[in-house]
Amino acid sequence: MEYKPIRKVVSGNYAAAYAVKHARVEVVAAYPITPQTSIIEKIAEFLANGEVENLEYVPVESEHSAMAACIGASAAGARVFTATSAQGLALMHEMLHWASGARLPVVMVDVNRAMAPPWSVWDDQTDSLAQRDTGWMQFYAENNQEVYDGVLMAFKVAETVNLPAMVVESAFILSHTYDVVEMIPQELVDEFLPPRKPLYTLTDFDNPIAVGALGTPADYYEFRYKIQKAMEKAKEVIRDVGKEFGEKFGRDYSQMIELYRTEDADFVFMGMGSLMGTVKQAVDVLREEGYKVGAAKVRWFRPFPKEELYELAKNVEGIAVLDRNYSFGMEGILFTEAKGALYNTKAKPLMKNYIVGLGGRDFTVSDVRKIAENMKAIIEKGELDVEVDWYHLKR
Amino acid sequence: MNTLFGERKEGAVKIVLTSVDEYPEAPISLGTTLTNFTGDWRTFIPVVDDSKCVKCYICWKFCPEPAIYIREDGYVGIDYDYCKGCGICANECPTKAITMEKEEK
Repeated sequence: MEYKPIRKVVSGNYAAAYAVKHARVEVVAAYPITPQTSIIEKIAEFLANGEVENLEYVPVESEHSAMAACIGASAAGARVFTATSAQGLALMHEMLHWASGARLPVVMVDVNRAMAPPWSVWDDQTDSLAQRDTGWMQFYAENNQEVYDGVLMAFKVAETVNLPAMVVESAFILSHTYDVVEMIPQELVDEFLPPRKPLYTLTDFDNPIAVGALGTPADYYEFRYKIQKAMEKAKEVIRDVGKEFGEKFGRDYSQMIELYRTEDADFVFMGMGSLMGTVKQAVDVLREEGYKVGAAKVRWFRPFPKEELYELAKNVEGIAVLDRNYSFGMEGILFTEAKGALYNTKAKPLMKNYIVGLGGRDFTVSDVRKIAENMKAIIEKGELDVEVDWYHLKR
Repeated sequence: MNTLFGERKEGAVKIVLTSVDEYPEAPISLGTTLTNFTGDWRTFIPVVDDSKCVKCYICWKFCPEPAIYIREDGYVGIDYDYCKGCGICANECPTKAITMEKEEK
Protein backbone atom coordinates (compact mmCIF):
# COMPACT_ATOMS: atom_id res chain seq x y z
CA MET A 1 0.00 0.00 0.00
CA GLU A 2 1.34 3.41 -0.97
CA TYR A 3 1.79 5.83 1.90
CA LYS A 4 -0.49 8.83 1.70
CA PRO A 5 -0.58 10.68 5.00
CA ILE A 6 -3.86 11.79 6.50
CA ARG A 7 -3.46 15.40 7.60
CA LYS A 8 -5.38 16.51 10.65
CA VAL A 9 -5.22 19.70 12.67
CA VAL A 10 -4.93 18.48 16.24
CA SER A 11 -3.51 19.41 19.62
CA GLY A 12 -0.52 17.50 20.98
CA ASN A 13 -2.86 15.64 23.28
CA TYR A 14 -5.17 14.63 20.44
CA ALA A 15 -2.12 13.55 18.44
CA ALA A 16 -1.27 11.23 21.34
CA ALA A 17 -4.84 9.91 21.48
CA TYR A 18 -4.86 9.20 17.73
CA ALA A 19 -1.56 7.36 18.06
CA VAL A 20 -3.06 5.23 20.84
CA LYS A 21 -6.02 4.45 18.60
CA HIS A 22 -3.81 3.58 15.63
CA ALA A 23 -1.53 1.44 17.82
CA ARG A 24 -4.61 -0.68 18.66
CA VAL A 25 -4.02 -0.35 22.38
CA GLU A 26 -6.01 -2.92 24.34
CA VAL A 27 -6.05 -1.41 27.82
CA VAL A 28 -6.06 2.23 28.88
CA ALA A 29 -6.09 2.97 32.60
CA ALA A 30 -6.24 6.64 33.32
CA TYR A 31 -6.87 9.34 35.84
CA PRO A 32 -7.37 12.89 34.59
CA ILE A 33 -4.87 15.58 35.52
CA THR A 34 -4.29 18.91 33.81
CA PRO A 35 -2.86 19.29 31.20
CA GLN A 36 -3.01 15.61 30.25
CA THR A 37 -6.81 15.25 30.58
CA SER A 38 -7.74 15.74 26.96
CA ILE A 39 -5.67 12.71 25.93
CA ILE A 40 -7.79 10.29 27.91
CA GLU A 41 -10.98 12.24 27.16
CA LYS A 42 -10.32 11.81 23.45
CA ILE A 43 -9.65 8.09 23.90
CA ALA A 44 -12.92 7.80 25.86
CA GLU A 45 -14.64 9.59 22.99
CA PHE A 46 -13.20 7.12 20.47
CA LEU A 47 -14.56 4.32 22.60
CA ALA A 48 -17.99 5.92 23.04
CA ASN A 49 -18.25 6.45 19.27
CA GLY A 50 -17.28 2.88 18.53
CA GLU A 51 -14.12 4.02 16.72
CA VAL A 52 -11.91 1.62 18.65
CA GLU A 53 -12.44 -2.08 19.17
CA ASN A 54 -11.13 -4.35 21.88
CA LEU A 55 -10.23 -1.50 24.18
CA GLU A 56 -10.69 -1.91 27.90
CA TYR A 57 -10.92 1.55 29.48
CA VAL A 58 -10.29 1.49 33.22
CA PRO A 59 -11.22 4.63 35.16
CA VAL A 60 -9.21 4.54 38.39
CA GLU A 61 -9.07 6.59 41.56
CA SER A 62 -5.47 7.79 41.35
CA GLU A 63 -2.37 7.75 39.19
CA HIS A 64 -0.82 5.12 41.44
CA SER A 65 -3.77 2.86 40.62
CA ALA A 66 -3.61 3.80 36.95
CA MET A 67 -0.07 2.48 36.70
CA ALA A 68 -0.94 -0.55 38.85
CA ALA A 69 -3.76 -1.42 36.45
CA CYS A 70 -1.41 -0.94 33.48
CA ILE A 71 1.13 -3.27 35.06
CA GLY A 72 -1.47 -5.98 35.64
CA ALA A 73 -2.85 -5.69 32.12
CA SER A 74 0.62 -5.65 30.60
CA ALA A 75 1.65 -8.73 32.59
CA ALA A 76 -1.46 -10.41 31.20
CA GLY A 77 -0.09 -9.72 27.71
CA ALA A 78 -2.02 -6.66 26.57
CA ARG A 79 -0.77 -3.52 24.83
CA VAL A 80 -1.24 -0.86 27.48
CA PHE A 81 -1.28 2.92 27.67
CA THR A 82 -1.77 5.67 30.22
CA ALA A 83 -1.07 9.39 30.47
CA THR A 84 -0.24 11.76 33.28
CA SER A 85 1.46 15.00 34.35
CA ALA A 86 3.58 16.37 37.19
CA GLN A 87 2.11 15.45 40.60
CA GLY A 88 0.35 12.50 38.97
CA LEU A 89 3.65 11.17 37.66
CA ALA A 90 5.20 11.68 41.08
CA LEU A 91 2.39 9.65 42.63
CA MET A 92 3.09 6.88 40.10
CA HIS A 93 6.78 6.80 41.00
CA GLU A 94 6.71 3.60 43.03
CA MET A 95 4.73 1.76 40.37
CA LEU A 96 7.12 2.89 37.62
CA HIS A 97 9.76 0.65 39.17
CA TRP A 98 7.35 -2.28 39.15
CA ALA A 99 6.74 -1.86 35.43
CA SER A 100 10.40 -1.70 34.45
CA GLY A 101 11.53 -4.30 37.01
CA ALA A 102 8.98 -6.79 35.71
CA ARG A 103 10.04 -5.85 32.16
CA LEU A 104 6.59 -4.75 31.01
CA PRO A 105 6.44 -2.52 27.90
CA VAL A 106 3.83 -0.07 29.16
CA VAL A 107 3.77 3.18 27.18
CA MET A 108 2.78 6.46 28.78
CA VAL A 109 2.54 10.06 27.70
CA ASP A 110 3.73 12.49 30.31
CA VAL A 111 2.69 16.05 29.63
CA ASN A 112 5.51 18.03 31.22
CA ARG A 113 4.13 20.26 33.92
CA ALA A 114 5.93 22.11 36.70
CA MET A 115 5.93 20.56 40.15
CA ALA A 116 4.12 22.45 42.91
CA PRO A 117 4.31 24.56 44.99
CA PRO A 118 3.75 27.18 43.83
CA TRP A 119 0.88 25.46 42.07
CA SER A 120 1.47 25.53 38.33
CA VAL A 121 0.08 23.86 35.26
CA TRP A 122 2.73 25.14 32.84
CA ASP A 123 5.71 23.57 31.16
CA ASP A 124 8.76 22.28 33.07
CA GLN A 125 10.68 19.04 32.56
CA THR A 126 11.56 18.34 36.18
CA ASP A 127 8.60 15.95 36.63
CA SER A 128 9.73 13.47 33.99
CA LEU A 129 13.44 13.90 34.60
CA ALA A 130 12.87 13.10 38.27
CA GLN A 131 11.85 9.63 37.02
CA ARG A 132 15.25 9.22 35.36
CA ASP A 133 16.31 6.21 37.42
CA THR A 134 13.10 4.20 37.24
CA GLY A 135 14.17 2.13 34.23
CA TRP A 136 11.76 3.86 31.84
CA MET A 137 12.88 4.99 28.42
CA GLN A 138 12.15 8.66 27.74
CA PHE A 139 11.40 10.30 24.39
CA TYR A 140 11.03 14.09 24.29
CA ALA A 141 8.78 15.43 21.53
CA GLU A 142 9.45 18.78 19.91
CA ASN A 143 6.04 19.21 18.28
CA ASN A 144 2.66 17.55 17.85
CA GLN A 145 3.93 15.45 14.97
CA GLU A 146 6.65 14.00 17.19
CA VAL A 147 4.08 13.20 19.87
CA TYR A 148 2.14 11.10 17.35
CA ASP A 149 5.25 9.48 15.85
CA GLY A 150 6.83 9.08 19.28
CA VAL A 151 3.95 7.06 20.72
CA LEU A 152 3.94 4.66 17.76
CA MET A 153 7.71 4.20 17.92
CA ALA A 154 7.70 3.92 21.71
CA PHE A 155 5.38 0.90 21.52
CA LYS A 156 7.62 -0.79 18.97
CA VAL A 157 10.83 -0.12 20.89
CA ALA A 158 9.30 -0.97 24.28
CA GLU A 159 7.85 -4.26 23.08
CA THR A 160 11.14 -5.23 21.43
CA VAL A 161 13.32 -4.74 24.50
CA ASN A 162 10.63 -5.33 27.14
CA LEU A 163 11.02 -2.06 28.97
CA PRO A 164 8.42 0.66 29.54
CA ALA A 165 8.67 3.98 27.72
CA MET A 166 7.35 7.47 28.25
CA VAL A 167 6.73 10.01 25.52
CA VAL A 168 7.07 13.49 26.90
CA GLU A 169 5.41 16.63 25.56
CA SER A 170 5.18 20.22 26.82
CA ALA A 171 2.23 21.47 28.81
CA PHE A 172 0.03 23.76 26.68
CA ILE A 173 2.86 24.64 24.28
CA LEU A 174 2.10 21.29 22.66
CA SER A 175 -0.68 19.68 24.66
CA HIS A 176 -3.30 22.33 23.90
CA THR A 177 -1.91 23.99 20.77
CA TYR A 178 -3.24 22.89 17.40
CA ASP A 179 -0.98 22.05 14.52
CA VAL A 180 -1.03 19.96 11.37
CA VAL A 181 -0.13 16.36 12.06
CA GLU A 182 0.43 13.82 9.32
CA MET A 183 -1.20 10.61 10.44
CA ILE A 184 -0.53 7.19 9.04
CA PRO A 185 -3.32 5.05 7.53
CA GLN A 186 -4.35 2.24 9.85
CA GLU A 187 -3.16 -0.58 7.57
CA LEU A 188 0.34 0.88 7.45
CA VAL A 189 0.45 1.37 11.21
CA ASP A 190 -0.58 -2.29 11.54
CA GLU A 191 2.34 -3.30 9.33
CA PHE A 192 4.75 -1.13 11.29
CA LEU A 193 3.39 -2.16 14.68
CA PRO A 194 2.14 -5.76 14.68
CA PRO A 195 0.34 -7.16 17.74
CA ARG A 196 2.47 -7.46 20.85
CA LYS A 197 4.33 -10.71 21.46
CA PRO A 198 4.78 -10.76 25.22
CA LEU A 199 7.78 -12.37 26.91
CA TYR A 200 5.35 -14.19 29.17
CA THR A 201 1.71 -13.82 30.10
CA LEU A 202 -0.26 -14.30 33.28
CA THR A 203 -3.06 -15.79 31.19
CA ASP A 204 -1.02 -18.72 29.87
CA PHE A 205 -2.57 -21.20 32.29
CA ASP A 206 -0.53 -24.15 31.01
CA ASN A 207 2.65 -22.37 32.03
CA PRO A 208 1.80 -20.57 35.25
CA ILE A 209 4.23 -17.94 36.51
CA ALA A 210 4.57 -15.63 39.49
CA VAL A 211 5.37 -11.98 38.77
CA GLY A 212 6.82 -9.80 41.48
CA ALA A 213 8.14 -12.72 43.53
CA LEU A 214 10.92 -12.39 46.08
CA GLY A 215 14.46 -11.89 44.80
CA THR A 216 17.00 -12.73 47.46
CA PRO A 217 20.52 -11.26 47.49
CA ALA A 218 21.51 -14.34 45.49
CA ASP A 219 19.47 -13.24 42.46
CA TYR A 220 18.40 -9.55 42.60
CA TYR A 221 21.69 -8.18 41.25
CA GLU A 222 21.55 -10.15 38.00
CA PHE A 223 18.09 -8.82 37.15
CA ARG A 224 19.33 -5.22 37.54
CA TYR A 225 22.14 -6.01 35.08
CA LYS A 226 19.58 -7.42 32.64
CA ILE A 227 17.70 -4.11 32.68
CA GLN A 228 20.91 -2.24 31.83
CA LYS A 229 21.61 -4.71 28.99
CA ALA A 230 18.08 -4.11 27.67
CA MET A 231 18.69 -0.34 27.79
CA GLU A 232 21.88 -0.79 25.77
CA LYS A 233 20.04 -2.94 23.25
CA ALA A 234 17.33 -0.27 23.14
CA LYS A 235 19.81 2.16 21.59
CA GLU A 236 20.21 -0.11 18.57
CA VAL A 237 16.49 -0.80 18.42
CA ILE A 238 15.69 2.92 18.62
CA ARG A 239 18.01 3.70 15.70
CA ASP A 240 16.61 0.82 13.64
CA VAL A 241 12.99 1.68 14.39
CA GLY A 242 13.69 5.37 13.72
CA LYS A 243 15.28 4.51 10.40
CA GLU A 244 12.40 2.22 9.43
CA PHE A 245 9.97 4.99 10.35
CA GLY A 246 11.87 7.37 8.09
CA GLU A 247 11.91 4.96 5.17
CA LYS A 248 8.22 4.19 5.47
CA PHE A 249 6.75 7.53 6.48
CA GLY A 250 9.35 10.13 5.54
CA ARG A 251 10.34 11.34 8.97
CA ASP A 252 13.67 9.94 10.05
CA TYR A 253 14.27 9.31 13.74
CA SER A 254 17.44 7.26 13.46
CA GLN A 255 19.44 9.88 15.38
CA MET A 256 18.90 9.83 19.11
CA ILE A 257 20.26 13.38 19.10
CA GLU A 258 18.84 15.32 16.16
CA LEU A 259 21.55 17.57 14.76
CA TYR A 260 20.49 20.78 13.05
CA ARG A 261 23.10 22.78 11.07
CA THR A 262 25.92 21.53 13.30
CA GLU A 263 28.37 20.47 10.54
CA ASP A 264 30.55 23.60 10.70
CA ALA A 265 29.18 25.10 13.91
CA ASP A 266 31.50 26.77 16.43
CA PHE A 267 29.03 26.09 19.18
CA VAL A 268 25.65 24.43 19.55
CA PHE A 269 22.54 24.76 21.67
CA MET A 270 21.51 21.51 23.27
CA GLY A 271 18.16 20.82 24.85
CA MET A 272 15.01 18.73 24.78
CA GLY A 273 11.38 19.06 23.81
CA SER A 274 9.40 21.99 22.43
CA LEU A 275 12.16 24.39 23.42
CA MET A 276 14.18 23.13 20.48
CA GLY A 277 11.65 24.30 17.88
CA THR A 278 12.41 27.85 18.97
CA VAL A 279 16.11 27.12 19.00
CA LYS A 280 16.11 25.74 15.45
CA GLN A 281 14.32 28.83 14.22
CA ALA A 282 16.83 30.97 16.10
CA VAL A 283 19.71 29.06 14.51
CA ASP A 284 18.41 30.04 11.07
CA VAL A 285 18.19 33.68 12.13
CA LEU A 286 21.60 33.67 13.82
CA ARG A 287 23.25 32.01 10.82
CA GLU A 288 22.07 34.93 8.69
CA GLU A 289 23.55 37.27 11.26
CA GLY A 290 26.92 35.56 10.97
CA TYR A 291 26.90 33.25 13.98
CA LYS A 292 28.16 29.76 13.19
CA VAL A 293 25.73 27.91 15.42
CA GLY A 294 23.70 24.73 15.38
CA ALA A 295 21.14 22.89 17.45
CA ALA A 296 21.35 19.45 19.04
CA LYS A 297 18.00 18.14 20.17
CA VAL A 298 18.21 15.24 22.57
CA ARG A 299 15.29 13.04 21.54
CA TRP A 300 15.94 10.10 23.84
CA PHE A 301 17.11 10.95 27.33
CA ARG A 302 16.98 7.31 28.45
CA PRO A 303 18.78 5.40 27.20
CA PHE A 304 21.21 8.31 27.04
CA PRO A 305 22.98 8.70 23.66
CA LYS A 306 26.53 9.04 24.99
CA GLU A 307 28.19 8.01 21.72
CA GLU A 308 26.27 10.54 19.62
CA LEU A 309 27.03 13.28 22.12
CA TYR A 310 30.74 12.43 21.91
CA GLU A 311 30.69 12.66 18.10
CA LEU A 312 29.06 16.08 18.38
CA ALA A 313 31.32 17.35 21.16
CA LYS A 314 34.51 16.44 19.26
CA ASN A 315 33.70 18.98 16.58
CA VAL A 316 32.49 22.02 18.50
CA GLU A 317 34.13 24.56 20.77
CA GLY A 318 31.16 25.09 23.02
CA ILE A 319 27.84 23.61 24.04
CA ALA A 320 25.11 25.75 25.57
CA VAL A 321 22.93 23.29 27.47
CA LEU A 322 19.40 24.63 27.84
CA ASP A 323 17.60 23.07 30.77
CA ARG A 324 13.92 23.54 31.39
CA ASN A 325 14.37 21.70 34.68
CA TYR A 326 16.55 21.85 37.75
CA SER A 327 18.14 19.47 40.21
CA PHE A 328 18.35 21.52 43.41
CA GLY A 329 21.75 21.55 45.00
CA MET A 330 23.39 20.84 41.65
CA GLU A 331 22.44 22.17 38.22
CA GLY A 332 20.23 21.47 35.21
CA ILE A 333 19.73 17.74 34.77
CA LEU A 334 20.65 17.47 31.08
CA PHE A 335 23.79 19.51 31.84
CA THR A 336 24.90 17.03 34.50
CA GLU A 337 24.28 14.11 32.17
CA ALA A 338 26.05 15.68 29.20
CA LYS A 339 29.13 16.74 31.18
CA GLY A 340 29.28 13.35 32.88
CA ALA A 341 29.04 11.49 29.58
CA LEU A 342 32.00 13.45 28.17
CA TYR A 343 34.25 13.38 31.21
CA ASN A 344 36.26 10.32 30.21
CA THR A 345 36.48 11.28 26.54
CA LYS A 346 38.91 13.50 24.67
CA ALA A 347 36.17 15.95 23.73
CA LYS A 348 36.37 18.98 25.98
CA PRO A 349 34.15 21.73 24.64
CA LEU A 350 33.27 24.61 26.95
CA MET A 351 29.90 23.76 28.42
CA LYS A 352 27.58 26.24 30.04
CA ASN A 353 24.18 25.62 31.57
CA TYR A 354 21.32 28.02 30.90
CA ILE A 355 18.23 27.47 33.04
CA VAL A 356 15.31 28.60 30.92
CA GLY A 357 11.54 28.44 30.71
CA LEU A 358 10.84 26.99 34.15
CA GLY A 359 7.13 26.84 34.94
CA GLY A 360 6.18 27.96 31.44
CA ARG A 361 8.31 31.14 31.29
CA ASP A 362 8.49 32.25 27.63
CA PHE A 363 11.63 31.36 25.74
CA THR A 364 12.01 33.20 22.45
CA VAL A 365 14.36 33.64 19.49
CA SER A 366 15.77 36.82 21.04
CA ASP A 367 16.60 34.83 24.18
CA VAL A 368 18.60 32.42 22.04
CA ARG A 369 20.40 35.40 20.46
CA LYS A 370 21.41 36.70 23.90
CA ILE A 371 22.68 33.26 24.84
CA ALA A 372 24.60 33.11 21.55
CA GLU A 373 26.27 36.46 22.29
CA ASN A 374 27.23 35.22 25.73
CA MET A 375 28.56 31.90 24.40
CA LYS A 376 30.57 33.67 21.73
CA ALA A 377 32.24 35.89 24.34
CA ILE A 378 32.98 32.89 26.55
CA ILE A 379 34.58 30.94 23.72
CA GLU A 380 36.71 33.94 22.68
CA LYS A 381 37.91 34.32 26.26
CA GLY A 382 38.35 30.57 26.66
CA GLU A 383 36.72 30.34 30.09
CA LEU A 384 33.25 30.35 31.64
CA ASP A 385 31.81 33.38 33.43
CA VAL A 386 29.43 31.24 35.49
CA GLU A 387 28.70 27.56 35.01
CA VAL A 388 24.98 27.71 35.71
CA ASP A 389 23.08 30.75 34.48
CA TRP A 390 19.55 31.41 35.78
CA TYR A 391 18.89 33.15 32.53
CA HIS A 392 15.45 34.74 33.15
CA LEU A 393 16.07 35.86 36.72
CA LYS A 394 14.76 39.35 37.53
CA ARG A 395 17.91 40.97 38.80
CA MET B 1 5.32 -41.53 51.92
CA ASN B 2 1.87 -41.51 53.46
CA THR B 3 -0.70 -40.01 51.15
CA LEU B 4 -3.24 -39.24 53.87
CA PHE B 5 -1.79 -35.82 54.53
CA GLY B 6 -0.25 -35.33 51.13
CA GLU B 7 3.25 -36.24 50.19
CA ARG B 8 6.42 -34.52 49.31
CA LYS B 9 6.80 -34.19 45.56
CA GLU B 10 9.67 -36.25 44.33
CA GLY B 11 12.06 -34.71 41.88
CA ALA B 12 12.20 -31.28 43.48
CA VAL B 13 15.57 -29.92 42.48
CA LYS B 14 16.97 -26.72 43.84
CA ILE B 15 17.86 -24.35 41.02
CA VAL B 16 21.11 -22.50 41.51
CA LEU B 17 21.96 -20.07 38.73
CA THR B 18 25.68 -19.51 38.44
CA SER B 19 25.86 -17.29 35.34
CA VAL B 20 23.86 -14.22 34.41
CA ASP B 21 23.08 -15.84 31.06
CA GLU B 22 21.11 -18.57 32.82
CA TYR B 23 18.68 -16.05 34.27
CA PRO B 24 15.33 -15.48 32.58
CA GLU B 25 14.94 -12.08 30.94
CA ALA B 26 12.29 -10.99 33.43
CA PRO B 27 12.23 -11.79 37.15
CA ILE B 28 9.45 -14.33 37.10
CA SER B 29 9.33 -17.57 38.97
CA LEU B 30 7.62 -20.65 37.61
CA GLY B 31 4.26 -21.23 39.22
CA THR B 32 5.58 -23.28 42.11
CA THR B 33 7.74 -22.80 45.17
CA LEU B 34 9.04 -26.33 44.70
CA THR B 35 12.38 -25.09 43.47
CA ASN B 36 12.70 -22.36 46.07
CA PHE B 37 14.42 -24.25 48.90
CA THR B 38 13.50 -22.12 51.88
CA GLY B 39 15.51 -24.46 54.12
CA ASP B 40 18.48 -22.24 53.28
CA TRP B 41 17.16 -19.62 55.68
CA ARG B 42 17.41 -21.85 58.76
CA THR B 43 19.63 -21.24 61.79
CA PHE B 44 18.02 -23.75 64.18
CA ILE B 45 17.01 -27.19 63.03
CA PRO B 46 14.12 -29.24 64.50
CA VAL B 47 15.03 -32.74 65.57
CA VAL B 48 12.30 -35.32 66.30
CA ASP B 49 12.62 -37.94 69.01
CA ASP B 50 10.35 -40.75 67.80
CA SER B 51 10.29 -42.34 71.29
CA LYS B 52 8.44 -39.30 72.68
CA CYS B 53 6.16 -38.83 69.64
CA VAL B 54 2.50 -39.79 70.24
CA LYS B 55 1.45 -39.27 66.60
CA CYS B 56 -0.95 -36.43 67.46
CA TYR B 57 0.24 -34.50 64.34
CA ILE B 58 -0.22 -31.13 66.03
CA CYS B 59 3.21 -30.18 64.61
CA TRP B 60 1.94 -31.03 61.12
CA LYS B 61 -1.10 -28.81 61.65
CA PHE B 62 0.94 -25.84 62.79
CA CYS B 63 3.86 -26.01 60.34
CA PRO B 64 3.48 -22.92 58.13
CA GLU B 65 5.46 -24.25 55.17
CA PRO B 66 4.45 -27.24 55.21
CA ALA B 67 7.73 -28.98 55.88
CA ILE B 68 6.32 -31.77 58.04
CA TYR B 69 5.02 -34.96 56.51
CA ILE B 70 3.79 -38.26 57.93
CA ARG B 71 6.12 -41.13 57.40
CA GLU B 72 4.86 -44.60 56.44
CA ASP B 73 5.42 -45.80 60.00
CA GLY B 74 3.10 -43.04 61.24
CA TYR B 75 5.78 -40.90 62.87
CA VAL B 76 6.51 -37.40 61.57
CA GLY B 77 9.28 -36.56 59.19
CA ILE B 78 10.68 -33.11 58.43
CA ASP B 79 11.53 -31.97 54.95
CA TYR B 80 14.71 -30.00 55.59
CA ASP B 81 14.70 -28.53 52.06
CA TYR B 82 11.75 -26.38 53.08
CA CYS B 83 11.95 -26.12 56.91
CA LYS B 84 12.83 -22.49 57.71
CA GLY B 85 13.61 -23.38 61.33
CA CYS B 86 10.85 -21.27 62.86
CA GLY B 87 10.44 -23.61 65.83
CA ILE B 88 6.64 -23.53 65.91
CA CYS B 89 6.53 -27.36 65.79
CA ALA B 90 8.81 -27.65 68.82
CA ASN B 91 6.78 -25.04 70.68
CA GLU B 92 3.46 -26.77 69.98
CA CYS B 93 4.55 -30.39 70.56
CA PRO B 94 2.72 -31.51 73.76
CA THR B 95 5.29 -34.22 74.60
CA LYS B 96 8.39 -32.12 73.75
CA ALA B 97 9.37 -34.69 71.13
CA ILE B 98 10.77 -31.95 68.91
CA THR B 99 13.79 -29.90 69.97
CA MET B 100 15.51 -27.05 68.15
CA GLU B 101 19.24 -27.40 67.81
CA LYS B 102 21.78 -24.97 66.37
CA GLU B 103 22.55 -26.18 62.89
CA GLU B 104 26.13 -26.75 61.81
CA LYS B 105 26.69 -25.38 58.30
